[in-house]
Amino acid sequence: MKILVCISHVPDTTTKIVFNQDGKSLNASGVTFIINPYDEFGLVRAIEFQEQGKAEQVTVICVGGAEVEPTLRKALAIGANDAVRINANPTDALFVAGQIAAYAKGKGFDIIFAGKESIDYNGGMVPGMIAEMLELPFVSFATKMELAGRGAVLRREVDGGEEVIESTLPVVVSCQKGMSEWRIPNMRGIMASRTKPLLVVEPISVATGVQTSGYAYPSAKGSCVYFSTEESENLVNALHNKGLI
Amino acid sequence: MVLLFAEYSDGHFKKAVLEAATYASDLAKSLGTTCAAVSVGAVSDEALKTLSHYGVSKVYKIVDAKLDSFTNTAYAAATAAVAIQTNAKAIIFAQTYNGRAVAPRVAIKIDASAYSGVIQLPDTTNGFASLRSAFSGKGIEAIQAGKEKVVITIKTNSYHITANPVDCTLENFAFSPASTSFEAVAKEIVKASEGISLTEAELVVSAGRGMKGPENWGMIEELASLIGAATACSKPTADMGWRPHHEHVGQTGIQIAPNLYIAIGISGAIQHLAGVSSSKTIVVINKDAEAPFFKIADYGIVGDLFEVVPKIIAAIKKIKGKS
Repeated sequence: MKILVCISHVPDTTTKIVFNQDGKSLNASGVTFIINPYDEFGLVRAIEFQEQGKAEQVTVICVGGAEVEPTLRKALAIGANDAVRINANPTDALFVAGQIAAYAKGKGFDIIFAGKESIDYNGGMVPGMIAEMLELPFVSFATKMELAGRGAVLRREVDGGEEVIESTLPVVVSCQKGMSEWRIPNMRGIMASRTKPLLVVEPISVATGVQTSGYAYPSAKGSCVYFSTEESENLVNALHNKGLI
Repeated sequence: MVLLFAEYSDGHFKKAVLEAATYASDLAKSLGTTCAAVSVGAVSDEALKTLSHYGVSKVYKIVDAKLDSFTNTAYAAATAAVAIQTNAKAIIFAQTYNGRAVAPRVAIKIDASAYSGVIQLPDTTNGFASLRSAFSGKGIEAIQAGKEKVVITIKTNSYHITANPVDCTLENFAFSPASTSFEAVAKEIVKASEGISLTEAELVVSAGRGMKGPENWGMIEELASLIGAATACSKPTADMGWRPHHEHVGQTGIQIAPNLYIAIGISGAIQHLAGVSSSKTIVVINKDAEAPFFKIADYGIVGDLFEVVPKIIAAIKKIKGKS
């Protein structure tokens, strides 16, 4: 079994988001970049399948410039066997999905993992697009996955509960919390990651779906209205007068 | 033509779908066209007709026993078939679990620009220019669609439902799903709880480590049930097993945007705020005046929650008693 894990290179969850003065791009100076946490759920599950002897190869793939290589090396340190970097700026979901689908086509991957969305753009479009481009089944918001016979049994988050899904392989799975527990790479993994293969592939031509024209901050909240403990009732009345309760 | 993906679940159209319906009909108006909907699976005509209250003037019904339970493959193929035949310019989805699974497939099928998290109507003077929420609510991205058609998912609770009654006709649309549409199918649904679903809740009462232990949650549940709110919790309390994981809101948990979010004993770590900062009104109760949560709060009480919450419960009972 071969598994492909799609990785997004994203600002750390604690990053204060600052845009450059022209409002056209994210100010990346001083920002720590990490593996998108939702992608990491899929990565660790893939490595668990490998540890259980069910998967022979776990490949990670990321669309990005040379700056994403430390993120790919971290995925290798966690346990992936090899990495692929599509050498292009990940402009939009259609472009990224197009690159990954083109790379994966014909290579015999049984599972393609991705996160339910990236924590930077929160798009959530890439995994479904890959599935459609490769004409594969797609299980979104998956919280669990077990291999069973020649297929898989998954759980998928829905409003107010979970669906139990049976799927054939190959399948595209977008991961949510529950799929696995994140791992911190150990020293041996970090050492090994330095010599694992990292293949750089030139992009194919894909038409742009969406262009970013700029960024803005959400409108700032007005200042907080405080009440003392004794005035708790006034808070309730304020909420009631606003029709909230 | 603007086409709405009319997702019907648990016996009704959820609020997010009605928001998307309003969005779709407002968009149709601004484009000088009409708004239709596609309904997949068994939904009563009576229920479908209710979409007319929100400006939907035509519903394409696709009924087939094989489509009674949801698969993103078949639902996307059905939606795309209607979109192609009606030459729809925009296909609008509520940003629900199922909507988000279907939308990207439809976009590829009909060669449309696709984007999610949309928070207002686009500027259509020159193609589609839209604003969408990004960076977990910490930023807004302005985008320009590159293709003629668009597939959009609307961020929940960011577009106001308004009544816009129109005449509405229902039409059966012939479609049979391909056998390959059933490679991934739901066998069973496991309900998490009987309570109000968090993503749909208008009011949410949430508590964190300040509660000191799971045994103290009684008053949180009482407060929530008094005002008809869903209960939520912070990541540490879910990790420690004080509360079930499906209550965890935040960056890696569930992201919510209710009208009212009451945070009790939660300091407001940046990861927590990423999941709740889109809430319309935020109330923070915390004994630490320096808690970062107060920076994005609308109302705050700096005090001991074990004193404050009972007072709030008493005050609510007083109000409810009057009405």
